[in-house]
Amino acid sequence: MAILVNKDTKVICQGMTGRTASYHIERAMAYGTNVVGGVRPGKGGSRHLDAPIFDSVSDVVAGTGADASIIFVPPPSAADAMIEAIEAEVPVVVCVTERVPVLDMVRVKDALEGSRTQLVGPNSQGVLTPQACKLGVMSTVHERPGTIGIVSRSATLTSEIVAQTSAAGLGQSTTVGIGGDPVHGIGFVECLKLFMDDSETAGVVLIGEIGGAEEEMAADYLNSIKASKPVVALVAGRHAPPERRMGHAGTLTLFGRADANHKIKTLRAAGVLIAPNPQDVAGAMRQSLE
Amino acid sequence: MNLHEYQAKQILAGYGVSVPVGEVAETASSAQGVARKLPGKRYAVKAQVHAGGRGRAGGIKIVDSVAAVEKAANDLLGQTLVTEQTGPEGRSVRAVYVEEAIESQRDVYVAVLVDRETSKVSLIGAETGGEDIEERAAAKPSIIKTLMVKPDGSAAKGAFESFAKKLNLTGALAKKAASLFQGLTKAFVEQDASLIEINPLVVTTRQELMALDVKMVVDDNAMFRHQNVRDFQDKDELDPVEMQAQANEINYIRMDGNIGVVVNGAGLALVTNDMLTDAGGVPANFMDIRTTASSLDISAGFDLLLSNPNVKAVLVNVHGGGMQRCDTIAEGIGISIKRCGCEVPIVLRFAGNNADYGRTLLGNYGISYIEAQDIGDAIERVIALVRSEVA
Repeated sequence: MAILVNKDTKVICQGMTGRTASYHIERAMAYGTNVVGGVRPGKGGSRHLDAPIFDSVSDVVAGTGADASIIFVPPPSAADAMIEAIEAEVPVVVCVTERVPVLDMVRVKDALEGSRTQLVGPNSQGVLTPQACKLGVMSTVHERPGTIGIVSRSATLTSEIVAQTSAAGLGQSTTVGIGGDPVHGIGFVECLKLFMDDSETAGVVLIGEIGGAEEEMAADYLNSIKASKPVVALVAGRHAPPERRMGHAGTLTLFGRADANHKIKTLRAAGVLIAPNPQDVAGAMRQSLE
Repeated sequence: MNLHEYQAKQILAGYGVSVPVGEVAETASSAQGVARKLPGKRYAVKAQVHAGGRGRAGGIKIVDSVAAVEKAANDLLGQTLVTEQTGPEGRSVRAVYVEEAIESQRDVYVAVLVDRETSKVSLIGAETGGEDIEERAAAKPSIIKTLMVKPDGSAAKGAFESFAKKLNLTGALAKKAASLFQGLTKAFVEQDASLIEINPLVVTTRQELMALDVKMVVDDNAMFRHQNVRDFQDKDELDPVEMQAQANEINYIRMDGNIGVVVNGAGLALVTNDMLTDAGGVPANFMDIRTTASSLDISAGFDLLLSNPNVKAVLVNVHGGGMQRCDTIAEGIGISIKRCGCEVPIVLRFAGNNADYGRTLLGNYGISYIEAQDIGDAIERVIALVRSEVA
């Protein structure tokens, strides 16, 4: 099963003919990902990396039955690419692009409301179901098929936890990078829900960090259900120096929730096991699974 | 990107928000010259730095004569202003804004930002403004009122007026406030702001609304479509080392310890400094090498770290990913050390994508380093190194 993507997922790429996209799509194909086509306006009818190129997302969906897209479109047009995928009702969309303007993401979130799309990112390394589907740009050195779901705000820490859960013999069901931007697609709560419902996932690792209130929202969600699976969390930035501020408004909407210690306290109160450091994550998970 | 008060007021004035008449000045005599042209007999002389809390820190002076304007400007210019938002190092005052002082009947608080929970543009306000707003809101969160607006900054008919009433702006004032809020949210969206804060928004004795102080931050990621705003950038307000790092695709923050830290990715960088601090070490910096940094970028970042005289040892903690691999980082370190010929001790932990290749490259550059098995081991070793250096 896994979540979001599996070996049957038919993947397309928006902006496929670009240099970065070509590099990563070639690797995804070599990994066994079922890439069925790509989008590049004006180049419809041609082929790239031996896959058919279409002029628009709706064309490629009609032509291939694609059910997931990965976006490598530069920041000025990334939002339009995401909205195009949402309007074409692509079920799972990963946006890798970094530095997308925040207000563009506000428009994208508006388009997502009531849609059939689960958006991952932007500024995300993507989604990986080991040995089945790589809808992302992560390295595939240490991942092993297994039972741990990982949801993370940080790509490098995900690699770190992947390596450890593999070394501990647990492996991963799916890893999801929700992206490092303040406004993004699915978050901790949606991923926790998916992992709780996934028969292949035995436990979930949540990798959070200072800023925003998403860890607190995850804690609220876990409080509202009777979690059937253990959740281990790592929150980065316990000793980070306070950010320089302009004005009061950020503080007035977050009320202390951006702080790492507040997040740790809130998650712990919701029954989450806290790993103080990345090296403790796999051990804590093993213990709680026994 | 942070804007100065006078720049933000200039932008908002274009959206129908009234602001006091004023001009910026970089010398005391030109401050006096500005005051001569202003209407009224009372003046505000305000330090232009990128931080709030200026009033409580003595950065705003209200005076009664042109001569007093010159004196106030003289006092402020060149001073290092330390407010609750600058950090202990403070900010050097290079310009003052001189404007007519406004008689206020009432102070209101208003701000626009993107709410992180709902991902919507959010207008927030409180019926009483002032620099103590955070303390008052912490004691009583319900004083903060919120109106979510549409992605284009507009709101349903009558929504801005009802919001005004929640801030106790009633009658004719409610209508004036509604049109001000409309301009404000429009400015926020059109200018790609991440914050506009008016504190205080005053009700004048003539029952007009006026923005007495404005803070505005514009989204760095949207600069490609705002050349006009880019021209407002005040490089003197930025840390030159951090700015250089940014130009090289590296997020870098100077800290006051003696262990230089080289990490890829913000999350791993935060965790590395957490673990270092837990173990009794003190980081000299925060470094997050972005996925987009080339080996030359990384060498420039490593140069910055080596140029810090406090650095006694360097901890390299890299987990090679799909976009930023160990070999690229090894090459950057190699280039930098070859270039400067310095002999700083390095503890290195490479894992993930191309870790072996990265170590081989460092060997080819003739760089000696202490190899660590994992992060914990790396941290122990670098702390031991620094202790032996200091002893």
